[in-house]
Amino acid sequence: MTVIELRAVTKSYPGGVHALRGVDLSIDPGELLAVVGPSGSGKSTLLNLIGTLDRPTSGTVRVAGHDVGALSDSQLSALRARHIGFVFQHFHLSPGRDAVDNVADGLLYAGVPLKERRVRARLALEQVRLGHRLSHRPHELSGGEKQRVAIARALVGEPDLLLADEPTGALDTASGRIVMELLHELHATGTTICVITHDQEIAAALPRHIRVRDGAVVSDRRSVEAAS
Amino acid sequence: MTGSALQPARLAGADILRIGAVGLRARRARVVLSALGIAIGIATMVAVVGLSTSSRADLMGRLDRLGTNLLTAEAGKDALGQDVKLPKNAEPMVERIGPVQQATAIGQLDTRIRRSDVVPEDQPAGVTAQAARTDLLTTLNASTAKGRWLDRASERLPVTVLGAVAAERLGITGPGEKIMMNNRYVVVIGILRPVELVPNLDRVALIGFPAAERYLGFDGHPTTVFERSPDASVEDVRAVLARTVMPGSEGSVKVSRPSDALAAKAAADQGLTSLMLGLGAVALLVGGVGVANTMVISVLERRQEIGLRRALGATKGAIRLQFVTESLLLSALGGAAGAALGAAATSTFAMAQGWEVVIPLWSLGGGLAATLLIGILAGLYPAIRASGLHPTVALHAT
Repeated sequence: MTVIELRAVTKSYPGGVHALRGVDLSIDPGELLAVVGPSGSGKSTLLNLIGTLDRPTSGTVRVAGHDVGALSDSQLSALRARHIGFVFQHFHLSPGRDAVDNVADGLLYAGVPLKERRVRARLALEQVRLGHRLSHRPHELSGGEKQRVAIARALVGEPDLLLADEPTGALDTASGRIVMELLHELHATGTTICVITHDQEIAAALPRHIRVRDGAVVSDRRSVEAAS
Repeated sequence: MTGSALQPARLAGADILRIGAVGLRARRARVVLSALGIAIGIATMVAVVGLSTSSRADLMGRLDRLGTNLLTAEAGKDALGQDVKLPKNAEPMVERIGPVQQATAIGQLDTRIRRSDVVPEDQPAGVTAQAARTDLLTTLNASTAKGRWLDRASERLPVTVLGAVAAERLGITGPGEKIMMNNRYVVVIGILRPVELVPNLDRVALIGFPAAERYLGFDGHPTTVFERSPDASVEDVRAVLARTVMPGSEGSVKVSRPSDALAAKAAADQGLTSLMLGLGAVALLVGGVGVANTMVISVLERRQEIGLRRALGATKGAIRLQFVTESLLLSALGGAAGAALGAAATSTFAMAQGWEVVIPLWSLGGGLAATLLIGILAGLYPAIRASGLHPTVALHAT
């Protein structure tokens, strides 16, 4: 069964902007893939559709078997709470609250009681190798560490898909490498990960990469050596 | 899988509060300032209600203590504008009215009062003299602060008891000192406490009827008669009092009930209370606008947070709830501080006045209810705006 399935998806904005012009795409469980393209290519729109933050103008988007077009706004919220974990370029951590509480927020809207949220948050932080930073607050963490906290927040709900939007965009090269290594590790343990980036180098290092240009998929390649 | 129902999870009450407090904790100075508006409004209202209730309770207590059954009959002027004199037997006549329990009288003296013979005669001390019966004090529920009151012996002697103000004006601090009445030194044997029912008596020097006749040329005609009767018959006595005192020319006798003045004061205070309550309500309204303003700004500043929460799975309802809760907490904070402040102000002021502290529960409850109402109203519009933000717009806003 596929995690994400897009069929003939288009997205237009008022004023005649056609951000996506008929995209077919499916993501299977356990995949690690990159969606790569220059700015304006439609990859952000694709991210919004895969993440169910937005609905397609036409075509169907299925997430974990649910037809996004048929769901109400609050059902979509529940879908995001249970099936998708987001990682953003600028982390979006809550200032003044420690790493555990920030990660625990990943379960806030999934109806998990506070105690369990914190327990699972600690485990998720161990998983991203931040077990020694549990009670640090965002301003006490380096950029790379912040992004790892954000990844832990996305992971804590054990989503079907981890959706990372330019996860290394705000980081220096070294921190960026550590974050990518972490994503590879998580992939190795079975997490499905979709990275959206404009960085060819990062994309090339992932087992599958999809190139987007002018609102259409121009290539979808699985690289044998990177997968091994 | 397709068939499985997607139902957003319900937030626990503690989580709702925790999320609502997030925005407050991050911006403490702004929270304090916008809660201050509410606090001032609530404090004003609680203090105004508390103070007026305390003061009324005090007044009622005083009225209870002093009694509302005292009537006075005072000599006025006749049809030609001449001062009339009450008959010498006015007082026993009044005592003969069925329900009357006590009656007493005072008589106005035409006497110059000075501190001593060094003070020029034409320099008034602002103190007048009255002849008094020995039972005046018990009838008026008054008492002496220092020294003694007139008794059957001293009412015949050239001695005087001063009202509280009169003693102050003459510079008399205790019994034993002398003042000058006309051209004769008179010993002060006592000083009265303020007479609450008849404040005029605070400014007089009182001397016995027989002594006044003997030493000061008093004609023995009383000018005011005081009487007390059981509460139930006050109106009956009032109806016949003037006629009893001055049969035939009752029109020139002024009958009044001194406690009415105190009650009128309470009623006058009530007008002021309404005015202050109105001011408090305006302050509260301004405070509410302040909270709404703070919330609108908060929503503008936190678009990314809202986007993140939507991405984490918050429904529109959860976002609305978050901001309404935040607004509620903000105004509740102000309300609680205001109620405490108002209660403290009431207690301090009431105790300084020697009143019993009465803070009606309904004023605290009403203040709290007003606070919550304002919190919801002020938070509703910003909350609806926040929940209406499209998740993608909020996330990618910089």
